[in-house]
Amino acid sequence: MNMLRRTALILPPYLWLLMLFLVPFLIVFKISLSDIELAIPPYTPTYDPEKGIWDLLSQLDFENFIFLSEDSLYFKAYLSSLKIAIISTFLTLLVGFPIAWAMARAADHWRPTLMMLVILPFWTSFLIRVYAWKGILSQEGYLNQMLMNIGLISDPLVILNTNIAVYIGIVYTYLPFMVLPIYATLEKLDESLNEAAVDLGCTRTSAFWLVTLPLSKPGVIAGCFLVFIPALGEFVIPELLGGSNTLMIGKVLYQEFFSNRDWPVASAVAVILLLILIIPIILFQKNQEKQEAGQ
Amino acid sequence: MTSTDAAAVPADFAPWENADEKPLIEFQNVTKRFGDFTAIDNLNLQIYEREFFALLGPSGCGKTTLMRMLAGFETPTEGTILLGGQDMAPIPPNKRATNMMFQSYALFPHLSVADNIAFGLKRDGIPKADIDARVDEMIRLVQLGQFAKRKPHQISGGQRQRVALARSLAKAPKLLLLDEPLGALDKKLRQETQFELMDIQEKTGTTFVIVTHDQEEAMTVASRVAVMDHGKLIQVDTPAGIYENPNSTYVADFIGDVNILEGHAAKSDAGCQITWAEGQPAINSNCGTDLSGKVHFAIRPEKITVSADKPTDKPNVLQGKVHDIAYLGNISTYHVRLSNGQIIKAQSANNRRLSRRSFTWEDDVYLSFTDTAGVVLAE
Ligand SMILES: Nc1ncnc2c1ncn2[C@@H]1O[C@H](COP(=O)(O)OP(=O)(O)OP(=O)(O)O)[C@@H](O)[C@H]1O
Ligand SMILES: [Mg+2]
Repeated sequence: MNMLRRTALILPPYLWLLMLFLVPFLIVFKISLSDIELAIPPYTPTYDPEKGIWDLLSQLDFENFIFLSEDSLYFKAYLSSLKIAIISTFLTLLVGFPIAWAMARAADHWRPTLMMLVILPFWTSFLIRVYAWKGILSQEGYLNQMLMNIGLISDPLVILNTNIAVYIGIVYTYLPFMVLPIYATLEKLDESLNEAAVDLGCTRTSAFWLVTLPLSKPGVIAGCFLVFIPALGEFVIPELLGGSNTLMIGKVLYQEFFSNRDWPVASAVAVILLLILIIPIILFQKNQEKQEAGQ
Repeated sequence: MTSTDAAAVPADFAPWENADEKPLIEFQNVTKRFGDFTAIDNLNLQIYEREFFALLGPSGCGKTTLMRMLAGFETPTEGTILLGGQDMAPIPPNKRATNMMFQSYALFPHLSVADNIAFGLKRDGIPKADIDARVDEMIRLVQLGQFAKRKPHQISGGQRQRVALARSLAKAPKLLLLDEPLGALDKKLRQETQFELMDIQEKTGTTFVIVTHDQEEAMTVASRVAVMDHGKLIQVDTPAGIYENPNSTYVADFIGDVNILEGHAAKSDAGCQITWAEGQPAINSNCGTDLSGKVHFAIRPEKITVSADKPTDKPNVLQGKVHDIAYLGNISTYHVRLSNGQIIKAQSANNRRLSRRSFTWEDDVYLSFTDTAGVVLAE
């Protein structure tokens, strides 16, 4: 009975994972081992009930993965994605931490409002918000107009279609993912810990470095992963805000799928992206477990 | 320290009686307001070096606020606080020679027990070897040897409390502030720790200010006790002084058990007489000051003798019936109802087995006490 109940309890999440993660992954993995073909679907082999599963499996090979390793474009794209994801995660942390800190220190009755303001952008379409940045960052955009009006610059800055625009886009889009976990740890932080540090001879600043910051580490780590993981495979932001020389694996993936219609290579790119992401995902999981154990 | 002497301070330690003695801490007309709420109301207080000073009072009376002003986390709205003759107002908390043990302990969860204790020392730029030596000493003092490497969440509540104590002691502050330090401990551990605290105080010579809800604790550890109410000091005196000579019914009632009778005082040959109820004999007492008119007579239950036969040698004898008996093990409290309905509590030691007790419910008994047993209070 007990056994049955436990199974019933854990079954739904496992089924969910199976249906929405494992099955799609296996399908993509299978395509990545196939060959390109001008057909619908654009790859071969496909499952033929008459020939059976073994015939299908015997036609699969790692050709596409070998191809990826031979063309340096892919390697560069992965590397560049990593770089952009790391830098933008760091920038998001720089912007997000002070926001979270200020929220945690705000008067109690302000906090729900501030929380709301952080979440509010999610109520508008992500695509529209990224498009809006085009209007802000372009050479005739609001930002340049404003800077020129107040006389800070005389010629418009080129921001749109550069990596800087991508950083701005990622920081803007993923900020809540950074702010919320950090806020959650800071909010739980007992103010008397800070007072104790000051009482023992710290200045307010050193109390921050020695007490507040170390104690917010789990939140910082969680926030960084929550930004880094989606940023690594980001497509919309580099596509809309980045320039032609912004190289990100998400864009490569898109091109392979839709421009080249080379599904097998695109799938191989996706599989490798996933393998790269598994490392931070596992680290993230470890961090969460440690945080729970610490409480 | 003699084995029978429980107090941490020698019996003749009474700097507050010496006009030449300079207080370590001096509150001069200190008022603290939060908005329009007055938490501390025009308070004057001197605390002397090496004192073990206890703050006692009901919840919300301003004890923590007083401590936080000493530590520097709150600034007085009006008045001055002097430490060693120096105005504390411009000195930030991290520059004060005070350390506070927080009611919540406020241990740093990311640091080990040893690192928690070393935290304050490291801020002073002391050489590492000296820090280690001092931390070792502190750990030995609070007997936490085998827990030095553990994190706060890996030790028990009582052990955490000792870590907090060790951490606040480590810097050998001139003044140590303890905000309900033993509140979370069970009675036995609390008593042990009280004696430990007194021992530490004796060894280090630090001045202690302790906040407590527990009057027994205040009586045990303190050289002087301050009873507070609504941001004011009602009485500041030695534990014995507070207990034997409360200056108001509030203090008499707050500390220990007491019978309070309302009456009118008039001078008599031997002292004064208090007429207090129709059909009851007047109480003979020696009113210390020239009290007259409406007064309160306060007498502790243990000062009243219960007997079956009418005593002949006591100046005050009342008659009543045993209404209730509260058996407390070593003592029993008898609730005796007088003919006018007034209930008087009297206590006597249970030096006989329960079954051989002299009186039981509804027995007629006599209550007697001497003319110095009670105090006469104006309010
Ligand atoms: N920061 C604050 N803002 C407003 N009111 C406060 C503040 N701190 C304390 N008070 C008020 O001042 C009064 C005294 O508070 P305090 O904490 O000193 O009480 P306490 O004597 O320590 O009580 P307890 O025994 O319950 O700890 C309380 O009525 C409290 O509500
Ligand atoms: Mg308090």
